[in-house]
Amino acid sequence: MSQFKLNNQYKAIVIGGSAGSFQVISKILSNLPKDFELPIIMCLHRLKHVRHGFVEALNIKSNISLYEPEDKDSIKKGKIYLAPANYHLCIELGNHFSLSTEEMVNNSRPSIDITLETAAYVYKNKLIGILLTGANKDGAMGMKKIKDRGGLTIVQEPSECMIDTMPVAAIKLTQIDHVLTVSQIIAFLQELDKVYKQST
Amino acid sequence: MQEIEIAELRKLTEVIKEKYNYDFSNYAMSSFKRRIQRILEMYKLASVDVLIKKLTEEPRFFKEFVSEVTVNVTEMFRDPSFWRELRDHILPNIMLNHNNISIWHAGCSSGEEVFSMAIVLKEMGILDKTKIVATDIDTDILQKARSGVYSMKNMELNQKNYLRFQGTTTLEKYYKEENGKAIMDKSLVEHVSFREHNLVASMAFSKFDLILCRNVMIYFNQALQNNVLKMFHESLFKYGYLIVGSKESLIWCEIANKFIVANNEEKIYKKIKD
Repeated sequence: MSQFKLNNQYKAIVIGGSAGSFQVISKILSNLPKDFELPIIMCLHRLKHVRHGFVEALNIKSNISLYEPEDKDSIKKGKIYLAPANYHLCIELGNHFSLSTEEMVNNSRPSIDITLETAAYVYKNKLIGILLTGANKDGAMGMKKIKDRGGLTIVQEPSECMIDTMPVAAIKLTQIDHVLTVSQIIAFLQELDKVYKQST
Repeated sequence: MQEIEIAELRKLTEVIKEKYNYDFSNYAMSSFKRRIQRILEMYKLASVDVLIKKLTEEPRFFKEFVSEVTVNVTEMFRDPSFWRELRDHILPNIMLNHNNISIWHAGCSSGEEVFSMAIVLKEMGILDKTKIVATDIDTDILQKARSGVYSMKNMELNQKNYLRFQGTTTLEKYYKEENGKAIMDKSLVEHVSFREHNLVASMAFSKFDLILCRNVMIYFNQALQNNVLKMFHESLFKYGYLIVGSKESLIWCEIANKFIVANNEEKIYKKIKD
């Protein structure tokens, strides 16, 4: 029986995370079905001037290989994307990415707020936003935009976070749909996968 | 503040095109929208309509608008591995067949990349054999590039980049510090021609051995990128190089088959067909 009352209206998932999120993301990715259908767009805070190593490290555990998009790449089903170092990752109308070297937002580039807000604008109620552990408030405004446009919002259970500033900021700013532990987030994604597979 | 609608942005770009003959209609939507949002906040304007009114009534404001709408975040020696590749392979390769090098920095912003290039050339001992043209749409930022004065705060990052580039000395050798500012050695850019040029209205104006346009076209949509790339192709000598940002590519564009990839990691392309 569905715990989350899920349907297959969604077009994409965006995930934001900062301090402590590497292990969390690794765990999620290693438990994701290989043929997970929805595109997952991840914006994780990372060292600005280290171009290599991050995506490779995440790929070791992941069931689906991650890819750092280039400017104007299309967003495809079944792919996982990671915001590259020192660029903001934006989603454009017409289902593609664009990159930007604009000023840092919340002291961050990539900024989670920018990825989440541009995704919310494009996908409206067909978007799922997940915000994980982190030490600053980046992502909170983005989660609010997702909620305001009718999307589904999930944050990691603060008590489980290495640093809970990020999810707590989001909870304060907007009505979050689900506050979940990492295991529950994994269960959520697996259940979502089943819904999509049953409907095709 | 209310979220800006696409229709409002269309109206804005139409008015600007009509009145000032600058075409922003093919800018990438999400960043253009954010720039406009930023301008509204900066000048405390209530809506895009108010901005349109201000632009219509105050021609002098348009210059400021252009400065603010374009992104001017840049670094010296951004992507140090790229600058090493340029020094170790690309520039020596050009020098094999030429006594002089001509270089175009398209969208040079505040000039950090131009100074980086001049330093590389100087350390190679070929600065006096090089002709550099540096262009930007924004005349105020060109003035900043010409003056070569940067905040010391930014120099920390620039120095780190230079260290990773592994130059022959330290970056400090190329500037002096005064009142929290780094004043670059002007002799580096003595022979650089800084000119106003709008890539959107692009007409080829000269030919070059090397064109750098890194992290500029990311603010354009693909149709406009395609046109600009055609113009770059026209502006290159055969066997000249075109360099774009580390997360840009030209494999998809119309003139892709007229280039080969010289270095995929650093996004260096070599023109092989006219």
